[in-house]
Amino acid sequence: MMPPAGGPVRTDLPPAGGRAVDDTTAPPDALLEVRDLRKHFPVRRGLFARTVGAVRAVDGVSFWVERGRTLGLVGESGSGKTTTGRTLLRLIEPPAGRARFAGQDIFAMDRRQLRQLRRRAQIVFQDPYGSLDPRMTVGDMLREVLQVHRLAAGRAREARVRQLLDIVGLSPRHAERYPHEFSGGQRQRIGIARALSVQPEFIVCDEPVSALDVSVQAQVLNLLRDLQRELKLSYLFIAHDLGVVEHISHDIAVMYLGRIVELGRAAQVIGTPCHPYTRALLSSVPTPDPVQARARIVLSGDMPSPAQPPSGSPFHPRCPPPRKDADCVRLVPPLAERAPGHFAACIKEPAWR
Amino acid sequence: MTAPATGPGPLLEVRALRTWFHTDAGIARAVDGIDFQVQPGEIVGLVGESGSGKSVTALSIMQLVPRPPGELMAGSSIRFRGEELVGASGARLRALRGADIAMIFQEPMTSLNPVLQVGRQIGEVLRVHRGLAGKAVWRRTVELLELVGIPEPERRSDDYPHQLSGGQRQRVMIAMARAGEPELLIADEPTTALDVTIQAQILDLIAELRARLGMAVLLITHDLGVVAGVCDRVLVMYAGQIVEQGPGADVFREPHHPYTEGLLRAIPRLGHATERLAVIPGAVPSPLAWPPTCRFHPRCPYAWEACAAHAPGLIPLDGRSGASRCWLEPHPERRAGRGYGDVRSGAELP
Repeated sequence: MMPPAGGPVRTDLPPAGGRAVDDTTAPPDALLEVRDLRKHFPVRRGLFARTVGAVRAVDGVSFWVERGRTLGLVGESGSGKTTTGRTLLRLIEPPAGRARFAGQDIFAMDRRQLRQLRRRAQIVFQDPYGSLDPRMTVGDMLREVLQVHRLAAGRAREARVRQLLDIVGLSPRHAERYPHEFSGGQRQRIGIARALSVQPEFIVCDEPVSALDVSVQAQVLNLLRDLQRELKLSYLFIAHDLGVVEHISHDIAVMYLGRIVELGRAAQVIGTPCHPYTRALLSSVPTPDPVQARARIVLSGDMPSPAQPPSGSPFHPRCPPPRKDADCVRLVPPLAERAPGHFAACIKEPAWR
Repeated sequence: MTAPATGPGPLLEVRALRTWFHTDAGIARAVDGIDFQVQPGEIVGLVGESGSGKSVTALSIMQLVPRPPGELMAGSSIRFRGEELVGASGARLRALRGADIAMIFQEPMTSLNPVLQVGRQIGEVLRVHRGLAGKAVWRRTVELLELVGIPEPERRSDDYPHQLSGGQRQRVMIAMARAGEPELLIADEPTTALDVTIQAQILDLIAELRARLGMAVLLITHDLGVVAGVCDRVLVMYAGQIVEQGPGADVFREPHHPYTEGLLRAIPRLGHATERLAVIPGAVPSPLAWPPTCRFHPRCPYAWEACAAHAPGLIPLDGRSGASRCWLEPHPERRAGRGYGDVRSGAELP
């Protein structure tokens, strides 16, 4: 683990409002439990590629996903949300911290266990075109997955391919086509069919609708909701669009600069946001409602670089006045409980609510 | 140089614009007969999904459609301050672009020169289009960077594009567009590649420049939410045509065309999470073969025999300003008991 970059990282200040997230916070039957996850990428320079610093992409995040539910992980580019999702499937290695999937430590899994994990946990990417082999028909792609995981052979395999296409709203004749013959929305359906082919319990959806037109986006969101109900799936849904995230999520975690700044039930986070960043984000969401659109909180400046995160609260350089003070610059606020199940990382919050 | 027509009248007037592309597979009628105006100082939103023809419209106005394969068909007219741009000389168009009409794009990185400091790129516009020289160029460059909200403009003007964030690059593009003091800014998806908090900053900047400098803006976007906040008037495009137009607030409060209604109801809105999203069944048809009558009728939940038999024109709305290309206007009774409420997601694919 990298040493902290200047200034105290944890504060012993009593969490304003309530208990901080700890080992006992997640419900005991959570499907996925993540504690203090960190992923720093080294910055190397010079002839000998000496490590001169670190990009603190994920900097101590804790959350959990309950069975049959969706946790929406929302944040802007550079917030660390995509890195978080990928570490959980061990697509990026090796992070620090702990992640337990159905009671098993993901980061301690051997090769055989990892193979098991990837049958139970799948991922759907933003750009289905980039993740589909252009030289393979959709049918062959699905057959290959079924074969590799020894899930079905012969006639049963063909039946399963037809069934998978049907589940995602494609027709059996689509099996013989290549990825480029499909529209963006259809390609995302293929990506979902491939994820479903191993009958997973859990899917990381990494910006699955961000590249789609609005009307197609609605089709895919409705499909994901239907699938969750019918197949009892759990999702970690990663996106930058708060409207989309609210629509699909039971619970929401808001990330900023490698940390979770707010976490709770969707209705709590959207209805009574406790962190100034969440509030600004909510007000920035473009909404086709001219009255609401004019009441925006416009933040100044850009998100700082995760290679040089600010001291104290990661949001303090952009936090609108008059809230921040010297403590925000000095102390990293813990993710503390504001209402049952609703957490926020802001020490000023109780003072101005 | 011809003297620009003066006096009242629209700043930009597009009439019967048809931009077609000759491809191996046939003629793609990307823009297929659109009419609209932009008044001085007005912000007009041109909204549509991919394939609607909105970006080709922008390129047509700037006379930047590659020919071949593109062609502005006979009868197309684009007048700027009364001056016809279709068929204008290359020299005249170059003089207009940058000076009177400026354009910014979704990805500023593709429009900025990567090996030239941003200050020098702005300076070039000032030299070519404003005739400035020497110290005056530098002073005005810094002023422009300051105007678009770049911190430490003296220092930043020496930066190369890759040293700036996405939001700052878009600010530089706006500063460059501003340098020529244009009367019309065409902004094609200027915030699509940006994060929402940065997007809000850029939209504010565009609105502020209009308010301070009286610049008209044609804002092209797929995002109805982006348009809602800043536009005076909205044009909705579908399949190469304008299907609905009207004052922004009215179109969002009470959409008339079934396509506009479907789009608005397909957007997840904060605080309405429990509602099922409306789904417009099927996909946008191919520009090689638009449906011959109403282009939306194969996907429309209200469609009846008339829609497959006759192509509707843009029909003025009853009771408020605006127009809709739909037979529902003379037949409002056809709305009863129909609409997107009945559409299920399982049925949307062909």
